Amino acid sequence: MNFFVLSLLKAAIVISVLMVSLLYLQWVERKVIAHIQLRMGPYRVGPHGLLQPFADVLKLLTKEGFIPSHVNLFFYLLAPFLAVSLALISIVVIPFGPEIELFGVRTSMQLTDLNIGILFILAVSSLSVYAVTFAGWASNNKYSLLGGLRSAAQMISYELPLALSLAAPLVAAGTLSLREIVLAQQGASLGVLPNWMIFQLPAPQLVGFLVFLIAAFAETNRIPFDLPEAENELVAGFHTEYSSLKFASFFMAEYANMITMTAITTTVFLGGWLPPFPERYGSNWVPAAVFALLGAVAVYYARQAPRPKDRFTLPWVGLALFLVAGIFLIPALHPLLVPPFWFLAKAGSLMFLFIWVRGTLPRFRYDQLMQFAWKFMFPVALANLFATALLVALFPR
Amino acid sequence: MDALLFLIFAAIAVGCGISVVVQRHPITSAISLIGVMGALAVLYLLLGAEFLAAVQVVVYAGAIMVLFIFVIMLLNAGVEAPGGVSWPVRLLGLPLLVVLVGLLSFLIHRSFAGGEEVRFGAFTQGGPRQIGRLLFTDYLLPFEVTSVLILIAILGAVVLARKEID
Repeated sequence: MNFFVLSLLKAAIVISVLMVSLLYLQWVERKVIAHIQLRMGPYRVGPHGLLQPFADVLKLLTKEGFIPSHVNLFFYLLAPFLAVSLALISIVVIPFGPEIELFGVRTSMQLTDLNIGILFILAVSSLSVYAVTFAGWASNNKYSLLGGLRSAAQMISYELPLALSLAAPLVAAGTLSLREIVLAQQGASLGVLPNWMIFQLPAPQLVGFLVFLIAAFAETNRIPFDLPEAENELVAGFHTEYSSLKFASFFMAEYANMITMTAITTTVFLGGWLPPFPERYGSNWVPAAVFALLGAVAVYYARQAPRPKDRFTLPWVGLALFLVAGIFLIPALHPLLVPPFWFLAKAGSLMFLFIWVRGTLPRFRYDQLMQFAWKFMFPVALANLFATALLVALFPR
Repeated sequence: MDALLFLIFAAIAVGCGISVVVQRHPITSAISLIGVMGALAVLYLLLGAEFLAAVQVVVYAGAIMVLFIFVIMLLNAGVEAPGGVSWPVRLLGLPLLVVLVGLLSFLIHRSFAGGEEVRFGAFTQGGPRQIGRLLFTDYLLPFEVTSVLILIAILGAVVLARKEID
């Protein structure tokens, strides 16, 4: 098939999945936080608030795009544009699956396999600090400026442990291409333990994984590191002066950054699309079993659901899940469906962790944040890198 | 195609470079400098030095310029007041600039006269492996000396910025 047609097709699939998950990630977050805090969360728009994201988007689209008179117009408008475009661009190098053959066409489940893929992501994420900084500065508002400055300082500080903890698995894998990093994690050590970077001998990256995860929280400006938008000190931080679609851009960028970070963590540390145990032990049948189990739970819960409506709709949800399980049972579709399932399962669990932490931890104080970055994270990441390099040099594969 | 891309991004680099000097506001100057660095990164990419291009963006555009902008914002530097230009500058500025550019291009042309023309995509030695090998073999001493130099610069900055304790 034509290269351009194929690329367009893949880009269309990735973008539609990304946009839908962006919309619903916000719904999931509100629901999970609500249940952590013993609330119901969005419930009015659609069943269980499922249409809430669309209502929110519609509201933000139709709201008046108010521009304050005292802003620096060019940078004020550039900032949200920069935020959302930089946040969405990283997805192009993420591999969702191996090379597959479909209708006689060989293609890899990845938009583009740059041989400096990981550096590309680092470059994009290091540029994204400009969006927040410009937004804070151009708003011409002291709270916004403080938020922007905090964000710049925080993101520079946490980029060091982020990059250093990312360098250790690169040393172990010996490549910068994300696809080859995943391929370097194939197989299992000691029979059952997957060869993912966090378990891989001779240098397990458990410490690097934790450092990277913490730095990722800081890079995405999420609790406990959301100092740039600390409400009780800074109104809303860098986006205080933004409304309507421009505000929505920042909001979208935050969730897109979260998706990118979880995708990188999955790819580099958790084996990407690889299953947790080898195929010969039947890992190809796990997705079908998971969906069937979910369907059974839905059908069982339907009998005792408190809302009468749910007693009617939940069996249908269960049926749909059984159908999905049935699709996953077809062996011919395994190479197409199972790798993305594992990738999305791992990335989804990490996203749940992000939300869970938001519902659990309080915010850092600013000096604690900086001390933590420079006096703890940075030395630990450096020590991890040295130890990994030493172990890889002593026990070459 | 390659020549066209080179012309576009070279023009962007030069334009942004002029803008760095011409702009009155420090922030706008800094942004123009980021533009120069981005355009240079694309030129490196066109030459096949992909690693260098990525590092250019990560280090210069993503770290050093962020610090620049951070400091400009922290000091809240405003628009620069247009200073008066003395009459010798008005008279001799442009001719001297032309002479300087002419001399530079003449020198570059002289010293690289025998060199072959750059063909885009022909160079494949720009990967991280090759650069790392060169840094740790042929250029080990300059590399280490540079890092010591930077360390000294940091120490100097700390000493200069420290408040006098009486």
